[in-house]
Parts: sequence; structure tokens; C-alpha cells
Amino acid sequence: MWSEFQLSGAEISMLLEAAGTSVYMTLASTLFAYIIGLPAGILLVVCAPRGLKPLPVLHKVLDIIVNITRSVPFLILMLLATPLARAITGKSYGANATIISLTLAAAPFVARLVESSLLEVDKGVIEAAQSMGAGTWSIVCKVLIGEARVSLIVGSTIALGTVLGYTAMSGAIGGGGLGDVAIRYGYNRWVTRILYATVVLLVILMQLIQMAGTGLSKKLDKRLTD
Amino acid sequence: MEPMIRIENVSKTFKSKDNTVEALKGISLDIGTGDIYGIIGMSGAGKSTLVRCLNFLERPTEGTIYVEGKDLSAMSGRELLKMRRSVAMIFQHFNLLMQRTVLDNVCFPMEIAGTNKKEARKKAREFLKIVDLSEKEKAYPAQLSGGQKQRVAIARALAMDPKILLCDEATSALDPTTTKSILALLKDIHAKYGITIVIITHSMEVVQEICTRVAIIDGGELAESGTVEEVFASPKSRAARKLVYQGERKVAMMKSKRCIRIVFSENSSFEPVIANMVLECKASVNILLADTKDIGGTARGQMVLQLPEDVQVAERMIAYLKERNLAVEELTDYVE
Ligand SMILES: Nc1ncnc2c1ncn2[C@@H]1O[C@H](COP(=O)(O)OP(=O)(O)O)[C@@H](O)[C@H]1O
Ligand SMILES: [Mg+2]
Repeated sequence: MWSEFQLSGAEISMLLEAAGTSVYMTLASTLFAYIIGLPAGILLVVCAPRGLKPLPVLHKVLDIIVNITRSVPFLILMLLATPLARAITGKSYGANATIISLTLAAAPFVARLVESSLLEVDKGVIEAAQSMGAGTWSIVCKVLIGEARVSLIVGSTIALGTVLGYTAMSGAIGGGGLGDVAIRYGYNRWVTRILYATVVLLVILMQLIQMAGTGLSKKLDKRLTD
Repeated sequence: MEPMIRIENVSKTFKSKDNTVEALKGISLDIGTGDIYGIIGMSGAGKSTLVRCLNFLERPTEGTIYVEGKDLSAMSGRELLKMRRSVAMIFQHFNLLMQRTVLDNVCFPMEIAGTNKKEARKKAREFLKIVDLSEKEKAYPAQLSGGQKQRVAIARALAMDPKILLCDEATSALDPTTTKSILALLKDIHAKYGITIVIITHSMEVVQEICTRVAIIDGGELAESGTVEEVFASPKSRAARKLVYQGERKVAMMKSKRCIRIVFSENSSFEPVIANMVLECKASVNILLADTKDIGGTARGQMVLQLPEDVQVAERMIAYLKERNLAVEELTDYVE
């Protein structure tokens, strides 16, 4: 009775290739999302009304953009980003086009993650740095990012996990990777063994991301004594 | 001589949507070069706000702060940053970088000032030696006790090569023994480097232990200022009295009875005087408080006595003590 779960060699190599594509899309989109989201998150903190360099108008504009993009469901945001993906990659489907959409969808989320990590930094330590004559830039680099690094890593683990989930969903609208395989075989043709295999692979990937993130943050956190 | 810090008619009002707080109201004060100046007051009196005005972490709403004769409000942003590099600050909760080693914490102000790394490390090690923490240079703040953390903060302050050291409740989170050792360290540093030190505290003990001059802040206003000896021996304002007798639960008993406070300015022991007075007047007194402290190098004792109900006997006792050149002060008006 287990024979129906037996994967053929061709199926296994297809699944592994799809897993590779998922990992690639996840890493690349998260990286690009951080390139946009990290500075945005820093600006949200620094330009806040009670921040290091209050710039209320810029803060408000950023805040509204982030809120709007955060409130549009991910799948719809991806559809909205398709024209841009086509403009940049020349295609509206496939891994690279999906990365563009994923980046745009994940960046506001990353900005919020970064913002909340930086807000956790003790106000007293910031005050100490100010009392030493540190400028805004030094405080951002040395105090905010340095002191929040563990929280930032925990945040990026969450971001990676979320983007991995998004890549799976993007299969529904022509993205590549495990989500795509799951839709084509699992949903359209109802080959359950391949559907199950994609689930198992996604769980394993999520677990690896989590383990790496937790391991790294534990190693870097000097606040714990033991 | 020009004072190190001149506070001229400084007021600070915090405004928010639904309320305004007048944290400081027209404070004027001179802090001399080389002073260890205490600023004391109850919680919420405005001490932290005042000390934050001294390096412009907080801008006064009105009035002027001069540091070494220079008006801070006239400085550009860049000049302010530069000024702050000569005014170090230590805090109640130490405010160390938790993700950096002790050594890197001490290097931090030098890093900001752009000192090269090798030289910064060398200097940092020297300062760690001064605060007696050389063997902890690789430790992280989370691995240190409160007293050790404050020592790191002091080393970090010294690394700025400051002219002024501002201490905001620097010993308030520490136990009495550790408090004593930190104050002793500050005294050493003062003697060694001649830095002007401003001590913010709510404890008269701290002021008596280390300060030469003191200002009392009450509800955002300057209640009284002078040498520690003057203020301790004859506190004039209500706020000062309250602080001088603080922590004394028996003070409540003074409400109904007639009480006096005696201050011994000499090194003499005061027990025989009281014993003889009791013998001579043939009436007993209740000793509510007695202690001796080292203030500015000389031993000072204070004693609060509850006098007998009999007015004549009480008067005779006061006369007896005054004949022996003791400062006697009636506490009948001290009702809290
Ligand atoms: N940033 C602020 N915004 C509003 N009110 C403040 C602020 N900082 C201090 N205050 C108020 O000013 C008063 C004095 O505070 P503070 O200087 O911290 O007192 P202290 O250090 O003597 O305990 C308090 O009533 C406090 O609530
Ligand atoms: Mg305070």
C-alpha cells in the first residue's frame, strides 16, 4: 500500500530542484527587502517625533506608505507588482520575476521589524552616547544597530520564514519553486505523494532557517550570563 | 574667578497636548572650578532635568547656561557635540553598551572622538586600572555587579578626558557599602585630576560624604545653597530641613514635643556633655537621633533631643548647652 507514496527518481530530482529555486527566491528577495527595509526602518525610528532627528513630515509619509502596503494582502500586492517585474526581468512569471514582487511585498514588513528592534534599545544608553558628543550617524551605527543586533537577527529569521511562505503562495500565480510544484502536481493533477513531499520539504526548510537564526542570535547575545 | 558652570535664571517647561510641567523655575547657580557640587532634592524635584540642561541634552525654555564662560545656546550643533566631549556623565542605571566588552565600552567615547584604535585601547586599559577592573576587560556588562558596572562607567567617563563630570543618581542603585566605595573613587579622581564634579542625589548622606557645596532643589525651585557645613548645621528652608532629617522615622515624634537639634562642630565626643546636662538639670531627655559624619574633612555630630515638658527645665538645658558653645536649634517649627 506504500507504493503509491514511492517517488520516482525523476520526481525526486524535480522536487530537489524546486526546493533549490525556493531557497534562491527566499534568500534573494529577503536580501533585497532588507536593502529597502533596513534604511526605511532606521528612518522610521530616527525621524520619529521623539527620535534622534525629528523630521515629522518624512516620518508620516513613510509611516503611511508602510501601512498601506502592509494592509494589502500579499497575493494582491504581487499581482500589482507584476508590471514592474516584467519591466525589470522581461517576464511576468518565473523565479526572477517573482523575486521582484516578493521584494516589494516584504520590504514594508522588514521596515516594521527593523523599527521595532531598534525601538527596544535602552533610551539610557542612547542618552549616554549623546552625552559623549556622538552624532546621529554614530548613534545609529554603533548604538542602535550594535545593541539591537540580536533582535535584528531574530527579526530577519522571521522575515526569511515569512518570505519562504510567500514563495510557496507565489506558485499560484506562476512563481517557481515548491509552491509551483505543489500547485501543478498536487492541486491540478492531485498527485498526493508530490503534494506531501513539498510540504515535508517546506517544513524542513523552515526548520533550518529557524535553527540557524536561533543559533546565531544565541551566539551573539552578550546579555545572557552563563 | 569665572565659574566652571553658570546657571542663570534657567526655567524648563515640558509641554504636551494635555498638560504642562514646569520642571525648573528660574534657577541661578554658580559651580566653581574644582568643586564637588551636590544638587539634592526629593524625587521629581527637577534634578535630572537641571543636570541635562548643563550639557544641553535638554534645552532650557528660558535662561542661559555658561560652561567655562561660553553660552551654550549660542553654539552650533557641531560646537555642542564638541563641548559635550569635555563634559562626561554617569547615570543611575550605568547605561553601558550591553553587547560590548568592558574594554570596548571604555573605548567607546574615544571611538566617537576619532582616536585611533590602538591608542584608545592603551588609554582604556589605563583607566580600567584606575577603577581597579583590569582583570575584567574581556567581561560583558551582564557579568558584572552594580558597583563594577558603575566603575566601568567611570572609566568610560575618564576616557573622555573631561573637565566636568556630571553624576545623576550615580549611587542610587547601589547598596551602602558599594556607594561608599564609588564615592571614595570619585574623591580620588577629583584629587588626582581636579575635575569639577556635579553630584545629583536625593540622599543627604551622599552630599555629606563627598560634596563641598550643595544646592537644594524643591519643586523646580532653588530652595537654598551654600557650603555643605552651613546647610547641614543650620538648614534654613523647609526642603533643606526635610532632607537633613530624612530617613529618621522618629521625626514624627517631634510633632507634639519640644525638640532641639545640636550640632557638634568640634572633634569632641558629645556623650559626656549630655550626661552632665542630665545630672545638672535632674531631668531626663529622649535622644531621637545621634550620629557623626565626616564632612569636608572634619568630624561633625548631630543629635536631636526631646526635652522635658517642664518649660523651665527645658530652658535651663538649652542654656547649659549654649554655654558649652554648641549650636542649638529649636525644632518646634519642624512639623511634617
Ligand atoms: N521629557 C519630559 N516630558 C515631560 N515631563 C518631564 C520630562 N522630563 C521630566 N519631566 C517632569 O519634570 C519633573 C522633574 O523631573 P526630573 O528632573 O526627572 O526629577 P528628579 O530627577 O529630581 O526626580 C517631573 O515632574 C517629571 O515628570
Ligand atoms: Mg532623576
